Amino acid sequence: MIDIRNLSKSFTLHNQGGAVIPVMAGAALRIRPGECVGLVGRSGAGKSTLMRMVYGNYLAAGGEILVGGVDVATAEPRQIIALRRATLGHVSQFLRVVPRVPTIEVVAEPLLALGTPADRARAAAESLLARLNIPERLWPLSPTTFSGGEQQRVNIARGFVHPYPALLLDEPTASLDAANREVVLTLIEEAKARGAAILGIFHDEAARARLCDRLVDVAAFTPGLAA
Amino acid sequence: MTVHSTITTAPLLSVRGLTKRYGARIGCADVSFDLYPGEVLGIVGESGSGKSTLLSCLAGHLPPDAGEVVFATTDGPRDTLTMSEPERRRLSRTDWAFVHQNPRDGLRMGVTAGGNVGERLMAVGARNYGAIRDCALDWLGRVEIAAERIDDRPRAFSGGMQQRLQIARNLVTGPRLVFMDEPTGGLDVSVQARLLDLLRGLVRDLGLSVIIVTHDLAVVRLLADRLMVMKDGRVVEQGLTDQVLDDPQHAYTQLLVSSVLQV
Amino acid sequence: MNDYNFAYLDEQTKRMIRRAILKAVAVPGYQVPFASREMPMPYGWGTGGVQVTAACLVPEDRLKVIDQGADDTTNAVSIRKFFQRTAGVATTEATAEATVIQTRHRIPEQPLTEDQILVYQVPIPEPLRFLEPRETETRKMHALEEYGLMHVKLYEDIARHGQIATSYAYPVKVEGRYVMDPSPIPKFDNPKLSDCPALQLFGAGREQRIYALPPWTQVVSLDFEDHPFVASKADHDCDLCGAAESYLDEVIVDDQGGRMFVCSDTDYCRSRREDGHTGRLGTPAAAQVEAAE
Repeated sequence: MIDIRNLSKSFTLHNQGGAVIPVMAGAALRIRPGECVGLVGRSGAGKSTLMRMVYGNYLAAGGEILVGGVDVATAEPRQIIALRRATLGHVSQFLRVVPRVPTIEVVAEPLLALGTPADRARAAAESLLARLNIPERLWPLSPTTFSGGEQQRVNIARGFVHPYPALLLDEPTASLDAANREVVLTLIEEAKARGAAILGIFHDEAARARLCDRLVDVAAFTPGLAA
Repeated sequence: MTVHSTITTAPLLSVRGLTKRYGARIGCADVSFDLYPGEVLGIVGESGSGKSTLLSCLAGHLPPDAGEVVFATTDGPRDTLTMSEPERRRLSRTDWAFVHQNPRDGLRMGVTAGGNVGERLMAVGARNYGAIRDCALDWLGRVEIAAERIDDRPRAFSGGMQQRLQIARNLVTGPRLVFMDEPTGGLDVSVQARLLDLLRGLVRDLGLSVIIVTHDLAVVRLLADRLMVMKDGRVVEQGLTDQVLDDPQHAYTQLLVSSVLQV
Repeated sequence: MNDYNFAYLDEQTKRMIRRAILKAVAVPGYQVPFASREMPMPYGWGTGGVQVTAACLVPEDRLKVIDQGADDTTNAVSIRKFFQRTAGVATTEATAEATVIQTRHRIPEQPLTEDQILVYQVPIPEPLRFLEPRETETRKMHALEEYGLMHVKLYEDIARHGQIATSYAYPVKVEGRYVMDPSPIPKFDNPKLSDCPALQLFGAGREQRIYALPPWTQVVSLDFEDHPFVASKADHDCDLCGAAESYLDEVIVDDQGGRMFVCSDTDYCRSRREDGHTGRLGTPAAAQVEAAE
């Protein structure tokens, strides 16, 4: 489902004297449907960078990133948008939303973008929010005033409302208490069970142990740090 | 139910080598891109970057010195630059729309709100007063203007309301391509926010293709699928909006992005 | 001794105006620009109509001049005298006997014939002027047949007054192509424009435009499906001659607000009274004549 080959990345900081910072070289990774792969490595080693490249948020310098047959590294913007809509889900560490949109609409939006009838989309959003213990009275409010943990759970709800065949999860259990962590881990297990290919960054060792079929250390792809 | 597929084989608008000079100075030079149905393309740049010139050339307001602008009309792809004037004017009233930065440029200030919205309908042959009025009321509702203001003139509206009226006036004939020139410029921040939400909703619900020119990066992040960065009349970088803003490659783009104040 | 050229204008000027008239007749409803001359009356007093009449007159013509339907108002008298002096043509007040009729803001009630020319005095020839002040734009709109704005005006009327409030200078579409301002005639007269046997010429002196309706031209008043055009008039009969179908003037007769309604077309009213018709206040003309003898 996700197939990364010979991926490389460097940053060129034009406004700081043209400094070139190579951050990745020769990255390779394959994730089959139903598999969960965890990225590990020191902070700043390139875990998030790799994930962002798979999502198309960062531009690859070389190599291929095949998601469901589409090479994200060279695809047209509209192909990546279509991919993100139907195939590739993403839960990041930060919730970035339009400030005035109610939580229920934030969560339902991915389904609406796919053409799901409004009532079904809403129902799906409601059941997920309930499962993640977001009280009903908060649903008509914008999540910008929520606590960190609540925002994270809204983020997760939005990422799981549509059964994406491929999922990118960046620290999904950060800021969560034990009960909600359990809910999220169960959601991820359910996604695995229905055949989703998952790439995740989990600082929580217990989560890693429970979910990940394999671990990949990004140090292997860091130039000058070859293991 | 609307399904928005951005994977289609044929672009809605194909621009090749568009160039406009003002004497020895470059307005815009050698701009080429394709726009697909349902895509929102943002064009950003600072003053003097050529973005407004580019938009004017695309929309047929300014004759360029070179290039072609091929639009997928209902009769097949046509280069709008070589169209006869009646054809181009008809296109701008039906399939195309242009939202001006200053709503006064896009509205008839002496005509009521209902008349402003109904004009395009009447221009393409609508002859039933009741039906025209119902349509105008429907659109006023969609842009969140109170129904009882249908007989008021835009002179009596606030800036934000005038802009929303301009949007309703433009969208009433169901255009497929909308050009927007700094649609939130000059508005108060909260009014801008409301307008952006409205535009997002309309673009999604109506499957519009939009080319929006702005200097405000927050607006493009919210509205645009793709981004073109212009400097000195040339396109220096283009790509997926979040990629261009989060991982800018060109020196100028990096400068632009790093200059934006975080609130 | 008459020092004027026939009908005041020099022959070259008449040629220029006739060329404009021919163009106008060839394209019904289209406003043809012409080089309007300095006339011995100021702008706003009928110079366009006078120039068109002057270009059309031949010595054998019989001229009638009316102002709001009346032959005896100051302006009608003064223009009639102008042509008597400069052209020496015969004049008449009887519509049926005239060959050229110059009119300000009315069409005679008496149906016209193929041997007649009706010349209208026009203040503002452009029907779109008050909505679109730019001449460059209105020319394009006519050229490209972009008349949506005209219906916007009618829409605005209905929105404000509940009905199309335009009661004179009501816009019309000529032969399905050009939208035209028929001059400030009451909308009651609009139906007479269509399928008229006479040649109708329109002259605007200050604005320098001539337009025309050739005989038997189709002229339709603009409206909406659900607000159709109605040629309305005051709901009275003429108090002098009893006519039920003629356009009426309302005259205040005393300080208590008493009023009478009389035919605006003086010739029409007079000839009806001569035929013995009477209204609420009129005495038969024949009886009046007998009484005077």
